[in-house]
Amino acid sequence: MNRNTVLGLLFPNMHDSALPEFTQNRSMGSVPFGGRYRLVDFTLSNLVNAGVSKVGVVTKSNYQSMMDHLGSGKAWDLSRKAQGLYFLPPFGAAEDQYDGRIAPLNGIRRFLYNSRHDYVILSDCNVVGNIDYRKLVEAHIESGAEITAACLRGTLPENMASPIFTTAKNGRITDMVITDRAEGEVLYGAGLYVVSRTLLMQLTEDAVSRNQYSFEWDVLQRHVEDRRLYTYEIPEFAMVISSLGSYFKANMALLDPQTRAKVFVPHRPIYTKVRDCAPALYGLHAQVSDSLIADGCKIDGMVRDSILFRDVQVDRDAVIDHCILMQGSVIGDGSELQYIITDKNVCVRDRRSLKGCEEYPISVKKGTMV
Amino acid sequence: MFRKQECVAMLLAGGQGSRLYALTTSVAKPAVPYGGKYRIIDFPLSNCVNSGIETVGVLTQYQPLELSDYIGSGQPWDLDRMEAGVHVLPPYQRNKGADWYKGTANAIYQNMVFIERYDPEYVLVLSGDHIYKMDYAKMIAEHKKNNADCTIAVIEVEWEEASRFGILNTYPDNAVYEFEEKPKNPKSNLASMGIYVFNWQKLKAYLTADEQDLSSQNDFGKNVLPAMLNAGERMYAYRFEGYWKDVGTIDSLWEANMDLLNPKVPLDLSDDSWRIYSRTPGLPPQYVSSTAKVQNSMITEGCNVHGNVDFSVLFAGVTVEEGALVRDSIVMPGVTVKKGATVQYAIIAENAVIEEGATVGVRPEDMQDMNDWGVAVVASGVTVGEGAVIPAKAMIESDVAKEAK
Repeated sequence: MNRNTVLGLLFPNMHDSALPEFTQNRSMGSVPFGGRYRLVDFTLSNLVNAGVSKVGVVTKSNYQSMMDHLGSGKAWDLSRKAQGLYFLPPFGAAEDQYDGRIAPLNGIRRFLYNSRHDYVILSDCNVVGNIDYRKLVEAHIESGAEITAACLRGTLPENMASPIFTTAKNGRITDMVITDRAEGEVLYGAGLYVVSRTLLMQLTEDAVSRNQYSFEWDVLQRHVEDRRLYTYEIPEFAMVISSLGSYFKANMALLDPQTRAKVFVPHRPIYTKVRDCAPALYGLHAQVSDSLIADGCKIDGMVRDSILFRDVQVDRDAVIDHCILMQGSVIGDGSELQYIITDKNVCVRDRRSLKGCEEYPISVKKGTMV
Repeated sequence: MFRKQECVAMLLAGGQGSRLYALTTSVAKPAVPYGGKYRIIDFPLSNCVNSGIETVGVLTQYQPLELSDYIGSGQPWDLDRMEAGVHVLPPYQRNKGADWYKGTANAIYQNMVFIERYDPEYVLVLSGDHIYKMDYAKMIAEHKKNNADCTIAVIEVEWEEASRFGILNTYPDNAVYEFEEKPKNPKSNLASMGIYVFNWQKLKAYLTADEQDLSSQNDFGKNVLPAMLNAGERMYAYRFEGYWKDVGTIDSLWEANMDLLNPKVPLDLSDDSWRIYSRTPGLPPQYVSSTAKVQNSMITEGCNVHGNVDFSVLFAGVTVEEGALVRDSIVMPGVTVKKGATVQYAIIAENAVIEEGATVGVRPEDMQDMNDWGVAVVASGVTVGEGAVIPAKAMIESDVAKEAK
């Protein structure tokens, strides 16, 4: 692929409702994940690692934290003279709020028109995985598809309506339903599509003229018969975040060395914003086991089966068990936390006790003082 | 025309650092790793940026590849600027002849054109040999207040150590009346930190004159500063208080790293108001497994710890396998310490491999003769074979075969 082959379009606001606990002031794409990342880092790094050098971030609301995180795109090598990273917030007075992808795609029609790329990769930001997008694009070209929907096979992600595809042997979609209920293993969409740029513009214009707003319902489902829609089964390991439960599980999955090896592949790095924290410091009383610890942490208590983001402080005699502590959390002397997810800058004072359970981890809002 | 800069910093980074032996065979001393995720040069560069100095010339000569790569565009330090920013300045050929940098003063002399572009009032001369956090703006302010021609940063050292340093003898108002290089009977305990502020026009004149003097070694400490003092220029000492450590020897490099684990040592790398920036590899967070035991240590991104780590500094991407023991040691980026291996009182350089059951270094309490004790060093890329034993103070520069059974 050369730099004019594929244009990336990210939709970080899709699925904001899956994690209301953390998306009050941020989009799904900027939800912290895995100790030092934001969800968008995975999709964006996958794009960059596939040689994509122009990426539009199509934001709808709550995008301050996303802008702060991505900045000029430098950390992803997307701060370029030609091409690079483009923020595409709602455009024009007519469309203030919307659901689905059609209205924002219509809003960025000039951006699409002015790009010279052959194909567009459209992606949501709720899938964690190291996915080789080159293979996805190759499959798209090889199959002669007009639209390729990347899919995962397995049980449907909880609490989230997903497209479920029925395909012919060659991968061509013969039927699709959009539902949050399905029995057993299905082939469901991962919110990741490849389509030619000109066709995308044409389909968008057509949908807008009919006052339609959903890419899945009004473009894919409507064109199952008259367009060549194909699936691409993602061969790499991937985790879909659709609820607090799946968010917790996906984070905890990184504690398994084999899972980490699948997500953090040496030659396809996951990039993120550099914060220049000092390395983590372990004190005289530190007891850490089976945990991921980010730089800037200061640990003098007990931490097990947990994920600590940057600049987390765990004081002496504190016990952290099966927790996710986001950036800047401070856990005081003698406090005990079990199955707790603290958002950024939560402070738990000395000798407090908070407990959730495996099926129901409890989240603590950003900046709370316990 | 370039925008005028009040002060241009010139960082002398061409030295070999020969007393670091195997650690500097293939890199210049300023590029030697320090403190888990830094290199020595991160300190002067970050100090410059934090002090509001936007233009830095880095004078390279010895093994410049890794250092130049590391500096790159200067982006990690916010020194990727349109005209200002960081510039790597190696020696070069002119239409009449070519010279290596003959001395510290000559290195600046050869780059006067670079400095002149910015039409500065002051030039700050720095070295890449020390770990410290210092606000150069305060030093420049005092230089202006004293109406000085040259200001030299000094730090009070222990009297018994004073004879190891270049000592400045001053009047109560900090005006310098004498330099003494490593005096046997020091009159003062103010040691020069190798940090100088000069009025540029003055320095230019002295550098030019020094260049004409064929007997000169073209060195700041030996030639230029004494010449200025003899001529009666206004020279002042600027007293610095805080952490300052030379990392020019194996022992001092080891100690300076260990200082980071001592809460009593006043070097706080997590201070938001004076961040030390570095170029980082961008690895996942460190993983500490259920078989690991980690205490009193500093560990950074990309590490996988399954063994015991105590009083040690682990750099990016280090693996410590189950049953391995790392204590009182510095383990540089990419090193693997395999099952059952022991690393103690040692510095393991980049990408070295300590095979299963090998032992590197000796604890001082296990020595029969303390005179033979010292930190053991394994050079970068070296493999220490299975079961091999590396004694204290060793300097291992090539692979060590596995212990014969």
